[in-house]
Amino acid sequence: MAFSDVREYTHLTDDEIEAIGAELDEIRREIEASRGQDDRDYVTRVITLQRRLAAAGRITLFASFFPPAWLLGTLMLGSAKILENMEIGHNTMHGQWDWMNDPEIHSSNWEWDTTQPAEQWKHSHNYIHHQFTNVLGHDNDVGYGILRMSRDQKWTPYNLGQPIYNFMLAAFFEYGVALHDLDIESIRKGEKDPKLLKKQLKQIGDKIGKQALKDYVMFPALTGPFFLQTLTANFTANIMRNVWSYMIIFCGHFPDGAVHFTEEELEDETRAEWYLRQMLGSANFEGGKLLHLMSGQLGYQIEHHLFPDLPSNRYAAISVKVKDICQRYDIPYTTGPLYKQYGQTLRTIMKLSLPNRRTSDNPAPVTPREKRRLRDDERPTRRSELGKWSGAASV
Amino acid sequence: MTEPLIERSSALRQLRRLGKAMTTPLLPDDYLALVNPLWSQRELRGRVEKVVPETENAATLVIRPGWGWTFDHAPGQYIGIGVEIDGRFHWRSYSLSSVPLVEGKTVSITVKAMPEGFLSDHLVNGLEPGTIVRLAAPQGDFTVPDPPPEKMLFLVGGSGITPVMSILRTLDRRDSIPDAVLVYSARNEDDMMFVHELRVLALRYASFTFYERFTDADGILTPDQLDDVCPDWADRTTWACGPAGMLDAFTQHYETYGLAERIHVERFTLAAAGGSAAGGEVTFGVGGPTVDVDGATTLLEAGEKAGVNMLFGCRMGICHTCDVPLASGRVRDLRSGDEHGEPGEYIQTCISVAAGDCTLSL
Repeated sequence: MAFSDVREYTHLTDDEIEAIGAELDEIRREIEASRGQDDRDYVTRVITLQRRLAAAGRITLFASFFPPAWLLGTLMLGSAKILENMEIGHNTMHGQWDWMNDPEIHSSNWEWDTTQPAEQWKHSHNYIHHQFTNVLGHDNDVGYGILRMSRDQKWTPYNLGQPIYNFMLAAFFEYGVALHDLDIESIRKGEKDPKLLKKQLKQIGDKIGKQALKDYVMFPALTGPFFLQTLTANFTANIMRNVWSYMIIFCGHFPDGAVHFTEEELEDETRAEWYLRQMLGSANFEGGKLLHLMSGQLGYQIEHHLFPDLPSNRYAAISVKVKDICQRYDIPYTTGPLYKQYGQTLRTIMKLSLPNRRTSDNPAPVTPREKRRLRDDERPTRRSELGKWSGAASV
Repeated sequence: MTEPLIERSSALRQLRRLGKAMTTPLLPDDYLALVNPLWSQRELRGRVEKVVPETENAATLVIRPGWGWTFDHAPGQYIGIGVEIDGRFHWRSYSLSSVPLVEGKTVSITVKAMPEGFLSDHLVNGLEPGTIVRLAAPQGDFTVPDPPPEKMLFLVGGSGITPVMSILRTLDRRDSIPDAVLVYSARNEDDMMFVHELRVLALRYASFTFYERFTDADGILTPDQLDDVCPDWADRTTWACGPAGMLDAFTQHYETYGLAERIHVERFTLAAAGGSAAGGEVTFGVGGPTVDVDGATTLLEAGEKAGVNMLFGCRMGICHTCDVPLASGRVRDLRSGDEHGEPGEYIQTCISVAAGDCTLSL
């Protein structure tokens, strides 16, 4: 069910909520004060590893006619893309490494190896998703505008196709992400500035063009007679990255236990309540160091949502403290093995393709709707700036 | 300025375009730098080859720049140097003391460790040969025209000698120092950088006069003493570099005599000329914090105070490391007093203040 007030849900007093907020602020201060050489060494090591892996994969694929080489090259290239998108790109664009004052690893100019332009990602993800996490009608990450992920979202016959949409979204996730910031809802309502839309589409088109030229024309052409083998290898590497990042991201907010909120929650929300919403709306998964590296430390989704711009290599240590806070205040801390978390997510997707009355309430009952739904003009304002880029569009 | 080789050769340019298409969204440089850190043009960089002590607390850093560097700086110009300390890059500007294009493929800067100047101290005492540093291209108009004027005067205090050294060495290389007087103040002889080289120059060139002033013994040189050390100073084109107090005093002296256009000054601190602006509400990036900023606080300072991680370099408007695009609103350049307000225009946050409400794209 979706909640309209984190306080009601957690049964905490105002003072307790503020105390939790203060403890979390203290964790942030500690980390910020202790960032240094070790953290820089970590990120530069990962970047070096990723670039070597990408180069090795591309080189191996010059022998793509030889099936074991095809397989090895594809795996290396796919892993490099995963590392780049998850541990390097996503985290750098959050500003996790901005403190290093290094223009080569900085959120202001990082561009990542996927079809979504960084500029638009920083708006749709860093701002919309991280600010309005799990608030229905505000956070486009709830089902990516394609899937019904909460019993509070209205069912239509369209949802019967969810198993298929889900499969397509997983396979072509990078294109779903690319369209993310267009805000399909505002286009449907005719509120979208057509000039801005055109500009965004052009930016996306350019990026897709560059990515496709590299993976599907240049490198295949370089391998001459083995054009087709290299092309399929690159395509497979991209799919591998798509499916993996889709799975990791869907395990962040949809396993059982992670809750959704209604927009009433946003009214007069304090910073401490925002922290609480992040904790309640996110889910971790357990695993070894390699799994966490390959998922950009998003197995610590709760910690990431509390401190999106602290260096990702610190999340493991932060999680010990956050878990302790949750225990002391009796707040749920959702976690489990990856297969279980994804299994629950998949079950929800399948289940919610049917109307509510056809499925059991378990695990999430619908909110009793005492209040009517707010009209659009009554909703908290939703920001739509896009940085330098929308400023330029209005000229 | 001559373009780097890669920009001049059309074959190389084509190759680079191909390389870019293959490595997008990165650059070929990002992969080449894995082999040799100097093989990248993404940021100018260099390797410290030697650290040569000059005095007890000053040293010359000989740096081999990487790709993209042009060795044709004008003598007297300065460069930015970015050094990593405990994971963070810190930037300062130093005048080049080397002569363009002669000392192999290296450039040199001479740094004096300042008390409480943790970066200058690190550069003098803590930098190992082999360290990779970031560089910013040579800039500055503290230069001598070619051909030089017939009569010149250099007024120098302390480490202000470095740009003048580059100028004198360049003239020496052409075997022709015109009528030039150098008035050089330092605390004492041990503290006077390049003193031996300068004495040799003065012996070799009858046209070059070197006046040494040791302030521990003789006190600071004041403008009214100028007549004693260089009676015809008013006939000479003057270049002055040194502590702010000294520069202010001499600039005023020249102005009093109506000779303001005869003195060229190099300052290494931010000189705010444009006064203050209205101030306003500044928003740091989409969804970022909005703070009230007065018209005297730079946007960089305001951002840092608001907890925003902003790129910075020299903090005095020369290196452009801190540039960010303006999304909306107007800002004022503290040095010139000019206002900027084109959406999307890049502004230097270290020397800009808010002229009304504005939003930066971070």
